[in-house]
Amino acid sequence: MPEAAQAQLKRAWTTADPLVSVRGLKTWFPVASGVLQRTVAHVRAVDGVDLDIKAGETLGLVGESGCGKSTLGRTIIRLLDSTAGTIQFKGEDITHQRGGSLRAHRRDMAMIFQDPYASLDPRQTVGDIIGEPLDIHGLAKGKERRNRIFELLQVVGMNPKFADRYPHEFSGGQRQRIGIARALAVGPTFIVCDEPISALDVSIQAQIINLLERLQSKFDLTYLFIAHDLSVVKHISNRVAVMYLGKIVEVAPGGQLYRRPRHPYTGSLLSAIPIPDPVVERRRERVILQGDVASPINPPSGCRFRTRCPRAQTHCAEEEPPLEAFGAEHLAACFYPLD
Amino acid sequence: MSSPLLEVRDLRTQFTTREGVVKAVDGVSFELHAGETLGIVGESGCGKSVTALSIMRLVPRPGRIVGGQVLFEGRDLAKLSDAQMQEVRGESIAMIFQDPMTSLNPVFRVGWQVSEPLLLHRALPQAKALGEATTMLGRVGIPSPEARARDYPHHFSGGMRQRAMIAMGLTTTPPVLIADEPTTALDVTIQAQILDLLRNANREFGTATILITHNLGVVAGMCERVMVMYAGRIVESGPTVDVFAHPKHPYTWSLLRSIPRLDAERHEPLKPIEGMPPDLSALPAGCAFHPRCPFKIERCSRDVPALNRVGESQLAACWVTQSGVELKDA
Ligand SMILES: Nc1ncnc2c1ncn2[C@@H]1O[C@H](COP(=O)(O)OP(=O)(O)OP(=O)(O)O)[C@@H](O)[C@H]1O
Ligand SMILES: Nc1ncnc2c1ncn2[C@@H]1O[C@H](COP(=O)(O)OP(=O)(O)OP(=O)(O)O)[C@@H](O)[C@H]1O
Ligand code: SF4
Ligand SMILES: [Mg+2]
Ligand SMILES: [Mg+2]
Repeated sequence: MPEAAQAQLKRAWTTADPLVSVRGLKTWFPVASGVLQRTVAHVRAVDGVDLDIKAGETLGLVGESGCGKSTLGRTIIRLLDSTAGTIQFKGEDITHQRGGSLRAHRRDMAMIFQDPYASLDPRQTVGDIIGEPLDIHGLAKGKERRNRIFELLQVVGMNPKFADRYPHEFSGGQRQRIGIARALAVGPTFIVCDEPISALDVSIQAQIINLLERLQSKFDLTYLFIAHDLSVVKHISNRVAVMYLGKIVEVAPGGQLYRRPRHPYTGSLLSAIPIPDPVVERRRERVILQGDVASPINPPSGCRFRTRCPRAQTHCAEEEPPLEAFGAEHLAACFYPLD
Repeated sequence: MSSPLLEVRDLRTQFTTREGVVKAVDGVSFELHAGETLGIVGESGCGKSVTALSIMRLVPRPGRIVGGQVLFEGRDLAKLSDAQMQEVRGESIAMIFQDPMTSLNPVFRVGWQVSEPLLLHRALPQAKALGEATTMLGRVGIPSPEARARDYPHHFSGGMRQRAMIAMGLTTTPPVLIADEPTTALDVTIQAQILDLLRNANREFGTATILITHNLGVVAGMCERVMVMYAGRIVESGPTVDVFAHPKHPYTWSLLRSIPRLDAERHEPLKPIEGMPPDLSALPAGCAFHPRCPFKIERCSRDVPALNRVGESQLAACWVTQSGVELKDA
């Protein structure tokens, strides 16, 4: 790579002092077969990801089902073990940390899950669900614990007297609030929000989005916000990363990504998203992609998107395009980018 | 206007459960004309699927149609024998169900399942039916359809299964297609493929389509007319362009302002609808939306508003807009 290009690439990773910094990250799952259950292949769920997350920002992560978003989020906060690469958190390499030092970092990280029905233990009271992380980390006992639970319920807009009730007594939106209160219990700085509104009714989604935004400014939180709805992601995020088959193919500030996508996948993704305005919809041009996403067990050679890409050339099958800079804070991995 | 292809009059469908009577569909009336695309939007549980299943006479127990009429080309479907109704389902009104995995049979090859309506309703010889089914699979975008017709449903991805379902619905080129959330479980790029397919079917075969969805964007891009459902009733209907430009029901108005738009220029806080979706077995008195409505007046908690004309082209069930008030920010 020429020196000027290298300097530019460096600038595009502007993130001086990122809170989270991931390099060459891979998380593979073994696929076993036969009577002996021998590993015959791997699902390359996350397959070489470079990504920085700045303190205080919301980084949106979008991509099709199965492209590795949840796996990436879980690997970053060490709920899953990585296969290769490094994860830095607050400047410290946490990739292989165990025991006490990992536990110390765990207090700084939390996760909000997609399914507010499945992610809460039905036999625990709301108070115990929220209090559990406090117990695990030995943060509060007795009256202090109880007060903290009340405070957390208030913070997420719920009545403290709900602490003695059970999850089934609440609606989806309320259960998601309980999940958020639980995530906040240990006072984290970094939260992975994995599809936190996908399971909610449309009319409830905005309540939760606004709550997450309010909490972010109140507690200086940094979010990795995973969703497949790009309209929501663009709304809540400062920057948006687009993932395809285990790789990040483009990262840019939300507005710029929308106005001027450079990766053909981003372009078609944007054009496929319906806009709730019949006048706009009638004028829109669509890039309809052919075919389905390829398998993460056996991804295509070169650029993984080439099997569906309207711009693919022979070169795309031979070499894997690296992430390159397209102006400040804008990276894309494509040999024949959109103008 | 020509007489409607399908006419639904004051349809009422209820489920009797231990918690009480669930009024899933509570007095729904509408018309569908030849070749048009009509959207039904509304939140989970508001009665969209039960409306469609009632039209098809496929309401699952303990559900029961307790009132109203469904007329297809003027014929009252309730008066048909089961055999005649079976005929209607194959020949005249096809339905694509919300969950393609449960509606494709896992033990039969896809090609055979797609050809089944032709065997049943056209009495085509098996080889010919399979040939036509294969052609249709190709037209809905299944690559190498001859080979894939021999596959079982679990060999297909979610998008391919949905395409197979659409192929099955279209083989007999019925005049009416009811598509219940045909893209909800799919990725947006696959959603775009499926919607394109439905648009083409509408153009090519003149199939009148009822598209059920909770996605206002999908309605905006697909439907000439839209009906908004809330708690088992239609609360607003009209040409899509008008309903989106100046909604006449507070629920529609609030919903449109609560969703983020991809093409928004600036970051503006969303304006959520406060409160919770209604419980159909314990609806409030008066307008079902009144506990969440920012415009409500005293009367709203007492009397149920009927669906009446408001403005040039729309119908709305709201006391406030029916009295001539425009919906805007306080
Ligand atoms: N524990 C596991 N064992 C084996 N394979 C897995 C496991 N978890 C995920 N996978 C596979 O890894 C790939 C990525 O999955 P992941 O859940 O990260 O995708 P995603 O982008 O979050 O998708 P979605 O939008 O559907 O949530 C998929 O092919 C999935 O089947
Ligand atoms: N088998 C059943 N037994 C009892 N109640 C039922 C049954 N099927 C549907 N209902 C009730 O009827 C109401 C309408 O359901 P319907 O499936 O039509 O909703 P919908 O608008 O299609 O929602 P979704 O967007 O979730 O598909 C719901 O409140 C539901 O609880
Ligand atoms: S009738 Fe009243 S409560 Fe119902 S939507 Fe209109 S203003 Fe709101
Ligand atoms: Mg996921
Ligand atoms: Mg439904």
